[in-house]
Amino acid sequence: MSIIAARKEGTAGKEGTARKEGTTTAAQAVAEGPAHDSNGAVSAGAESAGAASAGAASAATRGQVHISNVRKSFGATEVLKGVSLSVPPGGVTVIVGPSGSGKSTLLRTINHLEKVDGGYITIDGELVGYQVRGHKLHELREKDILKQRTHIGMVFQNFNLFPHLTALENVIEAPIVAQKRSKAEARKRGLELLDRVGLKDRANAYPRQLSGGQQQRVAIARALALDPKILLFDEPTSALDPELVNEVLDVIRELAKSGTTLIVVTHEMGFARDVADTVVFMDDGLIVESGTPQEIFANPREERTRSFFSKVIEPAFNI
Amino acid sequence: MSAIAPPATAETAPPTPDYSEYKLVPAKHPWRWVGTVVVAAGVAAIAWSLATNPRWEWGVVAEWFTAQSVVKGLVETLKLTAISGVLGFALGFVLALMRLSASPLLVSVSWTFSWIFRSTPLLVQLLLWYNLGYLYEKISLGIPFTDVRFFEAQTTTLISQFAAAVLGLTLNQAAYSAEIIRGGILSVDQGQLEAASALGIPAWKRSTRIVLPQAMRAILPNAFNEIIGLVKGTSIVYVLAYSELFYTVQVIYNRTQQVLPLLLVATLWYVVITSVLSVFQYYIERHFSKGALRTLPLTPLQRARKFFTTHVAVSPTKDNR
Repeated sequence: MSIIAARKEGTAGKEGTARKEGTTTAAQAVAEGPAHDSNGAVSAGAESAGAASAGAASAATRGQVHISNVRKSFGATEVLKGVSLSVPPGGVTVIVGPSGSGKSTLLRTINHLEKVDGGYITIDGELVGYQVRGHKLHELREKDILKQRTHIGMVFQNFNLFPHLTALENVIEAPIVAQKRSKAEARKRGLELLDRVGLKDRANAYPRQLSGGQQQRVAIARALALDPKILLFDEPTSALDPELVNEVLDVIRELAKSGTTLIVVTHEMGFARDVADTVVFMDDGLIVESGTPQEIFANPREERTRSFFSKVIEPAFNI
Repeated sequence: MSAIAPPATAETAPPTPDYSEYKLVPAKHPWRWVGTVVVAAGVAAIAWSLATNPRWEWGVVAEWFTAQSVVKGLVETLKLTAISGVLGFALGFVLALMRLSASPLLVSVSWTFSWIFRSTPLLVQLLLWYNLGYLYEKISLGIPFTDVRFFEAQTTTLISQFAAAVLGLTLNQAAYSAEIIRGGILSVDQGQLEAASALGIPAWKRSTRIVLPQAMRAILPNAFNEIIGLVKGTSIVYVLAYSELFYTVQVIYNRTQQVLPLLLVATLWYVVITSVLSVFQYYIERHFSKGALRTLPLTPLQRARKFFTTHVAVSPTKDNR
């Protein structure tokens, strides 16, 4: 616990000079925001992260994500400049913001596809990609990282389905290879999941024989096949033709009711308004503000948020 | 001006004639016919000369084609191709993975291997391996810088003609196939690896189950090029007096002085092997194009069956009408 506090102070001190005033207050608002509904959970998460061994989480907190002061640079460009965010279990958190604001990078740090340069992330109190040894965070071995990833489903902008496998084979690949489930069991579950996304009759089709919307629904079924606690969506509709967007959003809407924690990076403001419990607005590697869709869309506190929405939301689309 | 023009033309333009009863005649291509006739005449002339010129000595070709010594040489050629092909591609796969690894040492060792074996003539490599005994009298396996030896043998007894041939062909083949396999792996989208690791699939399975099957599409055409090249390339081991197909044929024509007919015997066998390999290539490529094409093309057999079911079955109904 004390290490973490020290790290926080250290980085916050460095940050202070670089940050503009507006952002600082916004970051504070963020820190306060989630503390409202899960007041005890946040500190509990941090404590068990400090203890590290206390990774077991009760069913009620399944899928809680805590991001603390995460930084990431690509070469000389700092993409994440100390991002902190608490995502309550079972909720839908939508991250919006201009291109290059670090939304996708932040999402990819949650399953350790991107290594953080500073800060840490916990899921249900368990550190992602690292373990505490002495007063240091040591990166986990590949095997353990892969095991953690089986609790975190991810859906990509370009679907990334395996083109040489059928829809069903795509869905059952990870359960068989990564979780060592029997083929019969995986197939049964795979067909159920394809049914859930409305594609049971296309189980034997190859990805190239499916429309973009169908491919993305298969990708969602594939992510669900590992029974993840958390589902990450990286701009799931950005590569789709406009008329195919809704079939994918409808599936995500259904998932929102299931109690799995969803974190969605998207440009679909209508979807964010309808489905999100929390909307997070990011710009320039920092969280500018976060709150309920009502707060963020109708009464943004920050000027940057206001100017972004005035550009992306068409006048006809009244909120 | 433009406002006036349309009504003016509308008035003067004759009513459009009705062509609906006219017959459509395709354009003629007289030069295509001339070209076809010239080429056909050329092909016929070649075929005629092959058949009628007695100096081709087709009788001698037929006599030697299945002679025991020739078949024995053929088996040796197939053996060399198979062994150095399999070993060469296996080593090539390892070299390709080394080249793509994050370790600078592995990358540079792999690069240097390819550099050396691609820049020296195969002939020199073969002679070098065969004469290794001149450079190193004994080959031993032990702990370096100590006197501990687990195994020791005279180089000349260890490196036979066969061993030198396999060694030379394998190492040379590995250098080329490493680049082919690396190219295939690079052709697979990075997102595939990312998706697989996000699903928790271990590294080895990511390579074998996700990347390689997709890379095969890019690897196979080049790989078969190499294998076919290797079939004929084995003829170079005649310098080691190793009795594969080409060397066997040489020995025979040196005795009988029927040079051209016996070269034809060897050539025809190479053609047969290549043809068989091409059929394999077609079906293996077809297997790995699963999912890459919306619909798989029909195999020649399926096409023939379709031709007969549609044409033979449909034509009687046409006659009935």
